Amino acid sequence: MFIKPYGDTLDDGAVQLSFTLPVACGGRAKEGARQYVLKLGFRHAEIVHAHPLSPEFTFFVAYARTDIALDYSKVEYAEAVDKSMTMDQVNDYIRANFKRKLVVIGACTGTDAHTVGIDAIMNMKGYNHHFGLERYPMIEALNLGSQVPNERLLELARRHKADAVLVSQIVTQKDVHIHNLTNLIELAEAEKLRDKLVMVIGGPRVNNKLAKELGYDAGFGAGTYAEDVATFIVKKLSRTLLKK
Amino acid sequence: MPAIKSRLGLSKSKIAGARALAAKIAAPVQKYIERHTTVTVERATLRLLGADGADKDGVPVPNIVVAQCGEAAAGGAARTYINALVKRSSTTEQLNEEIAAGLDITAIPAADEKQIKARASDLVERLDARISGNVKFRRERLAEWKDAEKSPLIYVIVATGNIYEDVKQARAAALQGADIVAVIRTTAQSLLDYVPYGATTEGFGGTYATQENFRVMRKALDEVAAQERRYIRLVNYCSGLCMPEIAAMGALERLDMMLNDSMYGILFRDINMYRTFTDQYFSRMINAAAGITINTGEDNYLTTSDAIEKAHTVLASQFINERFAFNAGMPAGLMGLGHAFEIDPATKNGFLYEYAQALMAREIFPVHPLKYMPPTKFMTGDIFKGYAMNTLFNFVSKATGQSIELLGMLTEAIHTPYLQDRYLAIASARYVHENIAGFSSEIEFRKGGVIRKRAARVLDETVAMLREVEKAGIFDAIERGMFAEVKRPKDGGKGFDGVFEKAPGYWNPAEDYLRRRLKITR
Repeated sequence: MFIKPYGDTLDDGAVQLSFTLPVACGGRAKEGARQYVLKLGFRHAEIVHAHPLSPEFTFFVAYARTDIALDYSKVEYAEAVDKSMTMDQVNDYIRANFKRKLVVIGACTGTDAHTVGIDAIMNMKGYNHHFGLERYPMIEALNLGSQVPNERLLELARRHKADAVLVSQIVTQKDVHIHNLTNLIELAEAEKLRDKLVMVIGGPRVNNKLAKELGYDAGFGAGTYAEDVATFIVKKLSRTLLKK
Repeated sequence: MPAIKSRLGLSKSKIAGARALAAKIAAPVQKYIERHTTVTVERATLRLLGADGADKDGVPVPNIVVAQCGEAAAGGAARTYINALVKRSSTTEQLNEEIAAGLDITAIPAADEKQIKARASDLVERLDARISGNVKFRRERLAEWKDAEKSPLIYVIVATGNIYEDVKQARAAALQGADIVAVIRTTAQSLLDYVPYGATTEGFGGTYATQENFRVMRKALDEVAAQERRYIRLVNYCSGLCMPEIAAMGALERLDMMLNDSMYGILFRDINMYRTFTDQYFSRMINAAAGITINTGEDNYLTTSDAIEKAHTVLASQFINERFAFNAGMPAGLMGLGHAFEIDPATKNGFLYEYAQALMAREIFPVHPLKYMPPTKFMTGDIFKGYAMNTLFNFVSKATGQSIELLGMLTEAIHTPYLQDRYLAIASARYVHENIAGFSSEIEFRKGGVIRKRAARVLDETVAMLREVEKAGIFDAIERGMFAEVKRPKDGGKGFDGVFEKAPGYWNPAEDYLRRRLKITR
C-alpha cells in the first residue's frame, strides 16, 4: 500500500513547510526559496509568505507537492504496550501475580533539569486526570527529581531493590540524551543490574524504537500516561520474574 | 506603570495582613543572614573589589583566594586580598595575574590597618564609579528613547550555547521588536560553585554566564539599541550556587534584569536553604544598587503543581519574595515578581481564572514590574494549538497590565527557539497588544462573578497559607513541603559546607558600601 500526503484530494502529495534562509528578503530570496523547495524533491513549490527576520535572514511559508510515495506495508513499529490497563487493573494484577508491592524508581538524569515528564508519570496527581504511580497502592514509587547522576540512580535502585527504573529525558540538544542514556545502560551492565531491572525511558523526543536500539526495554513518547508505563512494567515483570 | 483602578474589589486589610505575615516570616531568616557569610558572598565581594581572571586550569581567581583563606574566610576574604594589594603595591590586575600564576596571598604578612582601609576605600570608590556610571547610562538612554517604550515589555530568550551565535539571534529579535533579551544558561551551571571565565562557544540548552559573555552581548545590544532608538535590556540568571557573583558581574557589565528568587534554588535545584537565603540577600543588595530589576521564579511552582489548586502558593511566595527584597534595600520598582499562565487548556473558564490571577497580582503589587510567564506545561508538539494558547496569554498579559512578558514559543515543548519561532511570537504579541490597547480601561467585573470570586478566594487561601508558614517558621515549612510540594531538609542540599558564621571583626567593605548606598540600617 503506497501512501502520499493528503491535502484535499487523495494522493495530491500536498505538504506545508516553513523555514528560514540566511538571505535578505526580496524577490530573489523568494525565488531562491522556491528553487530550494524544488531541490528537496518537491514539485509545484509555491512561496506564499516571505518576511525579513533581520537584514540577513528571511522567513518563508511554502506549499508544495511531492510525487514520492511510501510503501506503508513495509513499515515496522511495535508499541511498547498494545492496550493499557487502568490504574485499578494494574493494582489488581500486581496483587494477583506478585503478592507484594513493586518498587519503581524514576528520575530525570544527567544534566537535564526538567521534571515535567517524570512528574507527569510519577507524581500523585499525574497529568491530565491520569493519576501518577505514587497513587498506585501496589507500587512503591520513588521520584528522585532532576539532574540525578546515573551512578546515583543505580545506587538507589540497588538499595531499594527496585523492580523498574524510569528515566526521563527532555533536553535533546546535541544528542545529549543519547550519550546519557547509553552511559546509564553501560553502567547498569557493568554493575550487573541490567538483568534485574526493567529499564524504561520517556520524553518528547523518545520512542520505543529508540529505546530498543539503546538497550532499554521500552520507550514512551508524548501523550503517555502512568497506566501505560505501569502496564508495560507489570507485563514485562510477569514474563521475567514469574517464569523463574 | 499603567495605573489600574481596583476592579476586583480585593480586601485592603487582607492584603495588608498578608504583607505583615510575610514580614514576620522573613524576620528570623534575616537575623540568620546577618550573622552569616558564604563562599560565594566572599567571592562576589572580591569580584566587586577587582578580583578577576582564572588560572591555567580555569579556576577563577576569586575561588583561588577564598580557597586559600579557608576557615579565615569567615572573617571576610576582602582583608586578605586588600592586604596583598597593599604589601605588594600592586594594581588589582597585577595581583590577579600573580594569584592565577600560583601566589599564596595568605602567606603575606599583615599590612598597617590604616593602609588597608585606605586601599579599600579606593577600591570602593572605583566600584561606585562603575556602578553609578552604569545606572546613569541606562537612565539616560531610557529617558532619551522614552517614546519607544512599550508595555508590557517583550522578553525573549536566546539559548544556542555559543555567545556569538546568541548575538545574531538577539540582534534579529531586537530588530523584530523584542525589548528584553535573556541569554539562558547552560544546563546545570546553577550547580557549579564557580563562574567560568572568558567567552564561551559550547553549552547545552544555553550559554555559560561569564563576565566576558555578558560584555559581548551587552555591546551587541547597545549597538542595535542605538540603531533602533529603543533601549534593549539584557537578562541573565542570578541563581544557583553563585547567585551573588552573577549579580556582581551583572552590576559591573550593566545587565538590566536578573532572574533572582529567594527560594527557587532550595526548591528546584536542591541547594541548601541556609546557603540560598544568605546568598539571595547579598545578591539582591548588589542588584538593587545597580538598578537591576529582579525576576522572581513563582512560575515554577505551577510546573510542578496544579495552577488552579495551588494558585495561592504563587501569591504567598510573591509576598515573601517582596519582603526579602525590601530587606535587601530593593525598591518595589525593581521587583519583577513572577507568575504564569499554566492552567490546563482543557479547563472550562480557564481563561477567566488566568485573568483573575494576573489582575490580582497587578492590583496587589501596583508598582512592581510584574514578570508574566507563558504556557509551558501543557504545550505539546501541536505548534498550532500552542500558537493559539500563546495568543490568549498575550491577551491576558496586555489586558491586566503586566510589565514584563516572556513570550511563549510555539515550539516550546520541542526545541530551543528557532529564529522564526521568535519572530512569530513577537508578531503575535505585537498584534494582540496593539489590537486591545484600550481594552483594560473599558471593562469592569461583575460583583459575585467568576473573576472577582476567584481572586478573593486565592487571596484568602494565601493568607491562610502564610499564617501556617509563619506558625511553622519558613525553614520547617520548606522541610515539610509547603512550597511547590517539594520537601528539603534543613541540612540537606548542595552548598551547605560553604556557609560560615561570621567571625568577630568580620569585615566586608563592599557590603558596607552597598548598605550605605541602599540606606540599610542594621
